[in-house]
Amino acid sequence: MTMTINTTETTPVIPLPTTAARAATVTGAALTVASTFLAWTYTDAFPGDLTVYGYPGGLQVLTLISALLTLLFATAGYGVRGLGWLNPAGGNNSTFFVALGTFATTWFTTIAISVKLGGLANLEPGGFVAMAASLLTVIAALGLPLDRHTKESQPQFSWPAFIGLTLITGLITYPLWRYIRLGSNPREIRRAKELPNWAEILIIAGAFGVALYVFTYGIDTEYAELFIGYIISVAFGFTALTRAGLIARITRLTTKHRNVTLAAALVAAFCFPFTQQNEQYALIGANILIFATVALGLNVVVGLAGLLDLGYVAFLGVGAYAAALVSGSPLSPVGVQFPFWAAVLTGAAASLVFGVVIGAPTLRLRGDYLAIVTLGFGEIFRLTVNALNGVSGPDLTNGSQGIPSIPDLNLFGFDFGVSHDIAGFTLGRSANYYLLMLVFTAVVVLVFRRSGESRIGRAWVAIREDETAATAMGINAFRLKLLAFALGATLAGLAGTVQAHVSYTVTPEQYQFAGSVPPNSAFLLAAVILGGMGTLSGPLVGAALLYLIPAKLQFMQDYQLFLFGIALILLMRFRPEGLVADRRKQLEFHETGQLDVPAEDAPLTQTTAGTTKAGA
Amino acid sequence: MTTETTTPTTTTVLDASGVTMRFGGLTAVRDVDLTVNSGEIVGLIGPNGAGKTTFFNCLTGLYIPTEGKVSYKGTVLPPKPHLVTKAGIARTFQNIRLFSNMTVLENVLVGRHTRTKEGLWSALLRLPGFHKAEDASRERAMELLEFIGLQDKADHLARNLPYGDQRKLEIARALASDPGLLLLDEPTAGMNPQETRVTEELIFAIRDQGIAVLVIEHDMRFIFNLCDRVACLVQGEKLVEGTASEVQADERVIAAYLGTPFEGAPGAEEVAEVEAAEAHAGTTAPAQAAPAKTTDTTPAGTTTPADDTTPETPSTDEEGTR
Repeated sequence: MTMTINTTETTPVIPLPTTAARAATVTGAALTVASTFLAWTYTDAFPGDLTVYGYPGGLQVLTLISALLTLLFATAGYGVRGLGWLNPAGGNNSTFFVALGTFATTWFTTIAISVKLGGLANLEPGGFVAMAASLLTVIAALGLPLDRHTKESQPQFSWPAFIGLTLITGLITYPLWRYIRLGSNPREIRRAKELPNWAEILIIAGAFGVALYVFTYGIDTEYAELFIGYIISVAFGFTALTRAGLIARITRLTTKHRNVTLAAALVAAFCFPFTQQNEQYALIGANILIFATVALGLNVVVGLAGLLDLGYVAFLGVGAYAAALVSGSPLSPVGVQFPFWAAVLTGAAASLVFGVVIGAPTLRLRGDYLAIVTLGFGEIFRLTVNALNGVSGPDLTNGSQGIPSIPDLNLFGFDFGVSHDIAGFTLGRSANYYLLMLVFTAVVVLVFRRSGESRIGRAWVAIREDETAATAMGINAFRLKLLAFALGATLAGLAGTVQAHVSYTVTPEQYQFAGSVPPNSAFLLAAVILGGMGTLSGPLVGAALLYLIPAKLQFMQDYQLFLFGIALILLMRFRPEGLVADRRKQLEFHETGQLDVPAEDAPLTQTTAGTTKAGA
Repeated sequence: MTTETTTPTTTTVLDASGVTMRFGGLTAVRDVDLTVNSGEIVGLIGPNGAGKTTFFNCLTGLYIPTEGKVSYKGTVLPPKPHLVTKAGIARTFQNIRLFSNMTVLENVLVGRHTRTKEGLWSALLRLPGFHKAEDASRERAMELLEFIGLQDKADHLARNLPYGDQRKLEIARALASDPGLLLLDEPTAGMNPQETRVTEELIFAIRDQGIAVLVIEHDMRFIFNLCDRVACLVQGEKLVEGTASEVQADERVIAAYLGTPFEGAPGAEEVAEVEAAEAHAGTTAPAQAAPAKTTDTTPAGTTTPADDTTPETPSTDEEGTR
């Protein structure tokens, strides 16, 4: 429970003299950088044109960026002036992680080339140089003093877990991981120099600029190999930045300037369609935004109030159906056409009513029972919509055919269905809807933040924590749970009204518990849990990942749910608090003591001091 | 700190009459009457399983009593916990039930819930009164944290507080609802003598703010120092009620605590058993009676019986550490 002493040690995995290891790391990284300027393969049969000398292309660019980062981190380890900001946490783990990322990207590329073109013979010498150099870098980085778990503080060994994780991670990865025992030393991150406000704001803007670029790069990847390489590089790069303490520093800035951060995020999101000339990619953007918005709505219910709702997608469906019915579609059984604002209100109101009607009886249940009942109601929605086809019930929804040919919106003379040229940029149909959806997302973000930071939000969290104690504190638990449920439903309904127009058609099959295309209830919940429950940015990140990965890797469509399951297992094993951890969750899952209190026990501070000296 | 507060006009804060709680065939609380007057600290004692906590739950609306009624300042309480709190009765729990993943300050702010009105619309639109109400709540919460001495830990997670502080925080959270009556369920369970002493002073301070206190406790020294009146509950029934000295002197209370059958003539077997037990645990038997001897001579108040020289009391060991 309390801060235990010596759960981490700072030792190299491979016993090498630190100076030699560092020199080798720098050399290896430099060689890797150089190798990306060589040709890796003979033919351009492998996408991305890796045959040119002096000009890195495709996956080589990813290796180049990773290797450059490795070089930077390794050089910063010498204590070079002007590079100290790179690694405020000290230690060498960040260097190791970027080296590992470079290695993984490079080897993935060369293996993909060999597999695709049939054999290692297809590699040019440049490819072998890259493989050797990146391997050298990783091995050398293992010789640096790394922060590791002590043998005693390793997670308890158990055969079932060991065998399971070994199989899942591809036979050697997990045993190696256990052997390396990387851990995070709870280091005190060096205080940043006091910067003037405008500089801090500039840093935030820069960070969001980089984030937008990275995100756009991912959406723009044209072939699956490049996307996989991208995911590998980003995952390792991000881990390295976290270990280096840079992410923590940025977080410190963003929490200090919260409104600036929100504005910067909004601007970055606003800029996205202007970078996209490809209609298909802009559509991915619009769908991610819808998915993310609904996930954030679900986060009110699950993350704040702690009500496990497994049928949440039904509310999205109610909103979408309501909007579709009054959209003026020629096939809509209700032959009216509402203006968009009225359709939005209709959708939201319908979801609200549906939410209250379902919530009022079910919210008297707690925990597992609530989950099962909401799961049932989610399916009831789908079946009912299916049945209202004029044969087994009154014709209200066209049954399984759904409502097709929903007309495009036209707001203030702006036709969403056609391309517009704005300031030299062409905005296609999807881009138009993306921008419309962004307004809705902003509203939901605002609702989430403002409700979360109020008397109501505190009451929700209190109910999540201990319902009995919450009622004893004067909270009308049932009413507040119903409020959370209804608010969540309304937000989903809002998103649904836009979704109906984006996807032209609404059918019952779009709104099931689990399916291959997000958003469905299982994916929504996964986005919330993966991203980080109760946080604002978590579900947004989670939804982006969960949508982007299946959209980009069409070839693994058949195995999607399987791979997805594996990913969840690994995530829950290694990062149970989700990708974006709020401070509370981090404390809940990792018993590292109180993070926001200065370290109290002397031995730990001493180790930290010692390693900082060795590291920096 | 004052030890004796004389209330000029005594009004009845809590009036429970004929409270009975049955779970199926088991009667956990049987026909209990209890009143608490303003400015009073009333203790509720009894062996384990006597129904003390059940009685508390009946008072606070967690259970709906099978029979009887509970009224607060003349109005009958509705059997809903949140309405009871709103009416002015706040409680703590026997096993600490803080919102462990909220900060200390947030915990107290939750306690302010019934005394604030800002709803969802106010929060979403940030209506004019919103910031004012939030600031006022925060100010009051910080006052309470200062009152219990946790103001420096306002931003800590409740789960990371030491045990004693968690107990205190629970009291602060209860006080945040501006109650007229505070129900404390074993506030010193698991505490060392110093902490118990601090809690004792805290409760006196709360009483001095004009809040009546009803406290369940097993620590006899604590309860007899603290309480103006003590009621003893045994097997769901109120055995005796009166001043500390009266209750201590009561044969039946002692009997109940020692496990001797308290009514009907004991069979020869039982007598032998009890005698054997008394002979075996010669030190523990008088221990129950010992405080009676000492506090008989001192007024029921905070006066520590530090000069207690009774050699056979086990609590003298504790006293050494005081």
